[in-house]
Amino acid sequence: MLEETKVHTLNPDNWIDAYADYLFNYTITRVNDAEKAKDLVQETFFAGLKSMKNFEGKASERTWLISILKRKIIDHYRKINSNKGKAEVRMNFYQDGEREGDWIEERIPQEWSGGADADIESDELAETLKSCIDKLPEKYRMVFEMKTIQGFETEDICNELDITASNLWVIIHRARTQLRKCMEDNWFKK
Amino acid sequence: MGKMKITCEEATTICTKSQYGEATLIDKIKVKLHFAMCKVCRRFSKQNSELSSVCALAKKYQEKHKCCLSEQDKALWKEKIKQLEKED
Repeated sequence: MLEETKVHTLNPDNWIDAYADYLFNYTITRVNDAEKAKDLVQETFFAGLKSMKNFEGKASERTWLISILKRKIIDHYRKINSNKGKAEVRMNFYQDGEREGDWIEERIPQEWSGGADADIESDELAETLKSCIDKLPEKYRMVFEMKTIQGFETEDICNELDITASNLWVIIHRARTQLRKCMEDNWFKK
Repeated sequence: MGKMKITCEEATTICTKSQYGEATLIDKIKVKLHFAMCKVCRRFSKQNSELSSVCALAKKYQEKHKCCLSEQDKALWKEKIKQLEKED
C-alpha cells in the first residue's frame, strides 16, 4: 500500500483561535515577559502571512509557524546579547593579572543570617528572588530562567539560542553569583 | 584531565554545574581539593544550594501566577490579519 502524503494548507483566518495560545505559551517559557512574548507571537503571525507563498505544505501549519517563531526567538536573544555595556553583570572575580580567578574583595560572600525559612515566608521569599532575577541583564535572565525555572535541558537551550555549553555555564554562573549577592543584600543580611 | 589546582572562579562554576547535576566526577574532586583550602568558596557553595531551594519556590510561585493572552489581544490580532490579507 502506498503511503499517502498529506499536503498541508494554510488558513490564516483560523490562526489566532488555533495557535495563539500555543505560540504564546511556547514563547513565555523562553522570554518570560508577557509584553515581549506578545510582540514575538504577533511578529510571527505577520511574518507567516508575508511568506505564505513559500509554504510548501510539507509540514503542518503549526510546525511551520513554530519554525518562524524559533527564528524570532534567536533574533531576540542575539539582540539582547549585543546590547553591549548594558548587558553585563558585575564581575566577581579578577579577570586577569596575578590574581586571575580570585574573588574580588567587595564581592566575597558574607555569612548569612538564618536560612530560607521556606514554610513561613515562601511567597515573600519567592517574590524577593523574582525581583533579583528581574534586575539581571536580559540575556542572563533569559538563559537562567530557561535552565532553572523552566527546567530546559542544557543541550536544548544551546540549540535554541545557538550558543555553546561553556557559554551557557558562564552565563548561568554569573547570573547565580549576582543573584546570591542580591539575596544577601535583600534577604539574608545579618 | 587538566590541572588539579583550580581558581575560585573555576571552583564556583563547578558548584553551579553541580546544582543542576551536571558536574563531572573529576570536577567534583577538584572542588573538594579547592574547598580544603578555601573557606570563601565553601561558603559560596552552601549559599548556592540555598539559592537552588529558593529557585524551586520561585518556580512554584511562577506556576501559580502564570499569565496568558487576553481575548482582547486575540481579537486585535484577528482584525490585523484580516486587514493584511486584504492588502495583498
